[in-house]
Amino acid sequence: MSTDEPAGRGPAAPADGTVLSCAGVRKRFGSTEVLAGFDLAVAEHEVVVLIGASGSGKSTLLRCVNLLEEVDDGTIHLDGEHITDPRINPDRVRQRIGLVFQSYNLFPHLSVLDNVTLAPRRVHRIVRAAAEERAMTWLSRVGLADKAKEYPDRLSGGQQQRVAIVRALVNSPRLLLLDEVTSALDPELVGEVLTMVRDLKSDGMTMLLATHEMGFAKQVADRVCFLSEGRILEQGTPAEVLGDPQQPRTRQFLQRIIESGRL
Amino acid sequence: MTGTAAAPAPSEVQRGRLAYRRRQTVKSVLVAAGSTVALGLILTVAITGAPGFDRVRESFFDPKVAAETLPDILVGLWLNIRLLVCCTIGALILGLLIAVLRTLRGPVFFPFRALAIGYTYSFRGAPLIIVLYVLTLGVPGLRLAGTPSVVVLGGIALVITYGAYMAEVFRAGIESVHPSQRAAARSLGLSYRQSMRFVVLPQAVRRVTPPLLNDVVSMQKDVGLISLAGPIDAIRAAQIGVAEHYNFTPYIVAGALFVLMAIPLIAVTDWVTLRSARRQSADGAA
Ligand SMILES: Nc1ncnc2c1ncn2[C@@H]1O[C@H](COP(=O)(O)OP(=O)(O)O)[C@@H](O)[C@H]1O
Ligand SMILES: [Mg+2]
Repeated sequence: MSTDEPAGRGPAAPADGTVLSCAGVRKRFGSTEVLAGFDLAVAEHEVVVLIGASGSGKSTLLRCVNLLEEVDDGTIHLDGEHITDPRINPDRVRQRIGLVFQSYNLFPHLSVLDNVTLAPRRVHRIVRAAAEERAMTWLSRVGLADKAKEYPDRLSGGQQQRVAIVRALVNSPRLLLLDEVTSALDPELVGEVLTMVRDLKSDGMTMLLATHEMGFAKQVADRVCFLSEGRILEQGTPAEVLGDPQQPRTRQFLQRIIESGRL
Repeated sequence: MTGTAAAPAPSEVQRGRLAYRRRQTVKSVLVAAGSTVALGLILTVAITGAPGFDRVRESFFDPKVAAETLPDILVGLWLNIRLLVCCTIGALILGLLIAVLRTLRGPVFFPFRALAIGYTYSFRGAPLIIVLYVLTLGVPGLRLAGTPSVVVLGGIALVITYGAYMAEVFRAGIESVHPSQRAAARSLGLSYRQSMRFVVLPQAVRRVTPPLLNDVVSMQKDVGLISLAGPIDAIRAAQIGVAEHYNFTPYIVAGALFVLMAIPLIAVTDWVTLRSARRQSADGAA
């Protein structure tokens, strides 16, 4: 697989190659502070994996980066552009970021091909034939060309999730956000999705992903970040964080994962 | 997938099962036929044997009167049909517009939202007959230049009354689409309007087609109320026939025509409802 160049949208990446940077991001829901001054920078071609207990704010962070949630404080920059500036058009920002959800969220009334070509046609104004050709190229790469005319409910969970990833990829995003993309899948279907993510890594796609699959985190992560109390408590290479955690809470979390048989 | 290979011959047990089921089918057809004939006989005897049956037959089922009034009633019915088609389209468009207005967020849209809410609250509560009288009798009373005809005013009354019901149906449909669908659309860079148009509304409309068709069926009957304001539709034509012949047969003729007109609509409604119920149970199973 090879990643297409982004279509020249947005300002050029800053010289240091930082694609995403979050500084002091805060987000609260009611009385719970989910993100409490969160800092993170993701370099170009880097794969950063977020781990942490359920409810530690991984999804919230990804939704804030994609501007689906408004931050309460702090700033987020994409390719050096301040995207949490209220004057910015969020639609233009989202066109440069792909987001894949735990529950796929394919559009049930559209065929696989129409799901994949909706944004290219309606947002990027690419004519149907060109959009479909591009979509078919991607679908063939992930072995789903024969499902192009099917509706999502006829596909297995793993196939649906791969379509969801393709749907995000045809927009040539600068950054791909993956939120526990295997959590809703039967164990035997997890592999096909993880293989696809690994292929994307070797293409050089910049990714920020949340996962409960520690084995997978080990394979793809350049950096693993453990979230606790709305911040990164510990981060480093997979070997450091997963193999030799320094913080008691990280150890506790990994222990529980080991006990539940997911490491 | 199945059936591509030649199926193996059924086993002894399966052949027995099939034969049993065939016998059961024959039996139930016979029972159904028998009970239908019996009930028909009882009803016929009870009705034709009633002491006033001959008088009723003369004043409600006189073929001569039916034949004489049918042409006028049909002319009237043509007006009902045209009204139904126009009012259905009008009410659907108005309902959809109001439903979408109610979903808009942001201070700019506050007056639109308030208007939409006020409209649905008032017109779901107001009896159609009152709205009809106010529009067809009240508005011409203003003697404004360019006041539309009574038929158009009556049509407007139907559209705004049914538009309020349909707006609520559409709104329920829009709200039934899971927020994650909108999030998925927005995450792809679609604007609010594009998400609504390409993702939310198509799903919402599919879900509410059965209740909407029910509203159309009920509007089909209410179109006849326009006769109260004077235009000669099927019911008004029947009324004139009744007065001319001192006989109620024209009402029966008009009633039968309304039922005939409704049958295809009701059949379509039932079919669509069944299909969408099947689809939803398939969704649930997936
Ligand atoms: N829209 C929301 N409204 C209220 N609370 C929310 C909302 N979204 C998330 N939360 C809360 O924020 C916390 C973090 O959730 P989330 O980001 O989904 O965690 P994770 O993805 O790490 O499991 C949880 O306590 C959750 O209940
Ligand atoms: Mg989550």
